[in-house]
Amino acid sequence: MSTRKPSSSPAPGSVGEYLRAQGISRRGFLKFCTATASMMALSPAFVPRLVEALEKAPRPSVIWLSFQECTGCTESLTRSHAPTVEGLIFDAISLDYHHTLQAASGEAAELAREEAMKENWGKYVLVVDGSIPLGNPGFSTIAGISNVDMLMDTAKGAAAIVSVGTCAAYGGLPQADPNPTGAVSVQDLIKDKPIINVPGCPPIPVVITGVLAHFLAFGLPELDELNRPKVFYGQNIHDRCYRRPFYERGQFAETFDDEGAKKGWCLYKLGCKGPTTYNACATTKWNQGASFPIESGHGCLGCSEPRFWDGGSFYKALSVPTGDLGQTAGYALAAGGAVGIAAGLLARQKKAQAVKDHETVTVNDLHKGEHS
Amino acid sequence: MSATLERGINAFKEHLDAPIASFFSSCVHCGLCADACLFYTETGDPQYTPIHKLEPLRRVWEQEYTLWGLFKKAIGLARPLTDKDLEDWVPLLYNSCTLCGRCSMVCPVGNDLVYMIRKAREGMSASGNAPEGVKGAAKRTIEIGSPMGVRLPALKAQAKHVEKDTGLSVPFDQEGVEYLVMMSSMEIMNYPEYLEAIVRIFHQAGKSWTLSSEAFEATNAGIQIGSSDIARDIVSRIVTAAEKLKVKTVISPECGHAYTALRWEGANLIKRPFTFQVQHIIEVLDELREQGLLKTEGMEEEKLTFHDPCQLVRRGGVIQQPRNLMNLVASHFVEMNDSGKMNWCCGAGGGVSANEDADEIKMKAFNRKKEQLEELKVDGLVTACANCRIQLEEGMEEYEMELPVYGLTEMLAEHLVKDK
Amino acid sequence: MSGAEFLLWVRGPAFDMAMAIFLFGLLLRFLEIFLLGRKTDLSVARGNAMAGGVRTMFTRFLPADKNSFQRSAFTIVAGYVFHIGLLVALFLFVPHIELIKATVGIGWPGLPTPIVDFFTAMTLIALIAVLFHRLTHPVLKFLSTGEDYLVWAVTFIPLLTGYMAYHHLFFEYAWLLGMHILSVEILLIVFPFTKLMHTFTLFLSRWYQGAMAGHKGVQS
Repeated sequence: MSTRKPSSSPAPGSVGEYLRAQGISRRGFLKFCTATASMMALSPAFVPRLVEALEKAPRPSVIWLSFQECTGCTESLTRSHAPTVEGLIFDAISLDYHHTLQAASGEAAELAREEAMKENWGKYVLVVDGSIPLGNPGFSTIAGISNVDMLMDTAKGAAAIVSVGTCAAYGGLPQADPNPTGAVSVQDLIKDKPIINVPGCPPIPVVITGVLAHFLAFGLPELDELNRPKVFYGQNIHDRCYRRPFYERGQFAETFDDEGAKKGWCLYKLGCKGPTTYNACATTKWNQGASFPIESGHGCLGCSEPRFWDGGSFYKALSVPTGDLGQTAGYALAAGGAVGIAAGLLARQKKAQAVKDHETVTVNDLHKGEHS
Repeated sequence: MSATLERGINAFKEHLDAPIASFFSSCVHCGLCADACLFYTETGDPQYTPIHKLEPLRRVWEQEYTLWGLFKKAIGLARPLTDKDLEDWVPLLYNSCTLCGRCSMVCPVGNDLVYMIRKAREGMSASGNAPEGVKGAAKRTIEIGSPMGVRLPALKAQAKHVEKDTGLSVPFDQEGVEYLVMMSSMEIMNYPEYLEAIVRIFHQAGKSWTLSSEAFEATNAGIQIGSSDIARDIVSRIVTAAEKLKVKTVISPECGHAYTALRWEGANLIKRPFTFQVQHIIEVLDELREQGLLKTEGMEEEKLTFHDPCQLVRRGGVIQQPRNLMNLVASHFVEMNDSGKMNWCCGAGGGVSANEDADEIKMKAFNRKKEQLEELKVDGLVTACANCRIQLEEGMEEYEMELPVYGLTEMLAEHLVKDK
Repeated sequence: MSGAEFLLWVRGPAFDMAMAIFLFGLLLRFLEIFLLGRKTDLSVARGNAMAGGVRTMFTRFLPADKNSFQRSAFTIVAGYVFHIGLLVALFLFVPHIELIKATVGIGWPGLPTPIVDFFTAMTLIALIAVLFHRLTHPVLKFLSTGEDYLVWAVTFIPLLTGYMAYHHLFFEYAWLLGMHILSVEILLIVFPFTKLMHTFTLFLSRWYQGAMAGHKGVQS
């Protein structure tokens, strides 16, 4: 029995060749491609095209810049689970600079970045995690270079920019009110390059690799109004939530340990932001498809949405206003009372004046001037 | 002195109060009041929608007494009231409103529209925008003593007739009696039966009563024209007479607005409570009936119905009493489809009958009553308001209906147990 | 601005502003009404004014009588449908109750969403019918001012956007929810300065009329 030969052999220096060299079987590779295609909602007919494209795609040079971030996004990718194909896809790229993961440090590291840029000018992919402080360049520097300078410099030769995580995509936690560092997102600064936002705090690991796979195979994915790939961020958590029937029936958990919570009822009242959140959590899930936050009994935080930190308490229902209404109401009522009393007294005074001005009407006063 | 727009607006400003502010704040323009107003239902003309009749008053309220309105006026969004506006509203506030108050009953937000119309007329009369007919009635009441120009000698002559017919005396200016009986000039001129009925009923009941030669006219054109000053003058005469004669009770005649003027507005007009009580003759008669002092015999066999005078019933609260009395003397008493507090006005109250400009529309409005009567197929109609009675008779003449109209008091008197 | 940011704005500063104007206006309008004062009635009462006032506050929820109902059947029926639907959608939809609970401090159980959805659809239809009626009925056409149509629109739009948000129609949910909340904020701002005030003043008006009638011994 001979092993069925692939229709085409991986091109030299391609992703396919690298994977093969790492001992990934053809079967494993096909499985990954099928899973990725299905996640991207591509029809089965696209699987061979994805396979072919990935096998042929040259290993791209990737420069990964980390600014004001918590390393959660990198952790999400590297620690989520045992080595898998998607992990290796990540490995399969030529990660030329990533200051958390690389061995080199200091000037040597920066030199590597500059070299990679020079060599692959116009072709490398720039991945960014973390937001960029504009308040004071000194708030965050790498090798003495401010984040904004490094980003602007590195972005110049990039083919595309992938903003990984909510901080890079929208500003995230550093930007949360009152935004002490003046943090902004990548797309706030760069307007002349294709930017793919892969938000999430952190993003789902397979979504990160899926976006890279898509980029390698088919180029830029179709993006939504927030520059998120529609294939991964087209689904509304609330619409895909397995607890949705409880919402419809009006069955809600009121606390985290009541009967409703135990029965797995809807978490809307506990602040679930599923209705306004677009992400693949409810379908792709986390930890190799094990579960997602709502399944674990906690409402969605809406972490893939801009300014999700500023939407009031995570435990306040979505319909509840975020401000301090008590104070607002107090001021408004005080003002209304003051103005109302003033207006009312003015009216009373006017009325009293009218009573004073009253001239007794007699039957001889019933005609207008010309008749009198 | 002459009437001016300023005086009119000043009057609006004096009379606007918290209830009116609440009413205008509440109106949602639902139009239900139109369906309750016979001037709209019988003409189909939307300008007769009750709330629309109050537009001048509303504008003064908004522009003078609301911050929002002051702002609107300041930036030119709200047009100040002109004399022309008021002139245009004469047909709406006088000719096509009898102050019947039916609209007030159906308003879902609870607006008392007729309360506002009454107040709106204050501004209309002060600005000289009242119809000539009502102005004349007011002038005659003040200068002669009665809106129809009836003087004391006419009443005296009638009294003499009654004395001759009944053999009983008609007392004038008796001090310390129980009742001071008031008349409406309509009764003096057109329905002498009323006085005769009073004489006989009180004689049978053994009640002391008197007429006053200084104040015998109960009708109050001041209320109709909507001038508190004039109304006060007219009411004051009665108050003076009643207090001079030290009577316990002043009896309002079979006249709707006279009752309103005396019973509800009087004390407020003179700005102090009365020292005597005021009752409508129907209330008095029902009390006598209860006390067994109204002894009747025989029943009217005809199919009869009772036309509720609005001021007596809806605006006066005397609802059950006329029915008790009807049942006393009528064996076949039937109610109209809308009766009691939801009755339909005859079409000529609230000064409309004194206003020649309204002659045509009041006849159109009567169509409602005509339909009610045709539906019932009665042989006769009883009421307790001389003004309604005139309108009913004229209306039936106009529509060529032949239906006798009786006054309730005189009908009762006809059934009094005869003296031996 | 993204949908999420828009939503944040309408849930935050815009809501505060709208609520402030609403409460300010409400108190202002009530003081304007009350401070205008009212004379005491010096005539001898036949009935109890207070009993009459309380009575009318409630009896006016129903038509005066059968004949009055028949004469104005469309207005009354459509009025009931949209008012009841509005109240159900406003007060028995769980997210709304959550809002009330968070702002006022009291809550109550809601209805299953398909039921609220049904009432909302019914209310939308009734409001369209009411508008059509206003545009065609001689009296309503004659009476109606710009304010009447404005008030109709600011009532209709929150219902429509709420309905759209629930069904995820046409726009992203954050935008829909944001538009829904914004439309309610517009309603709140317009409220104290238009006939929408009837929501509260009708009790006052009914009280006044009922008390005046009660004083005379008439059940109004």
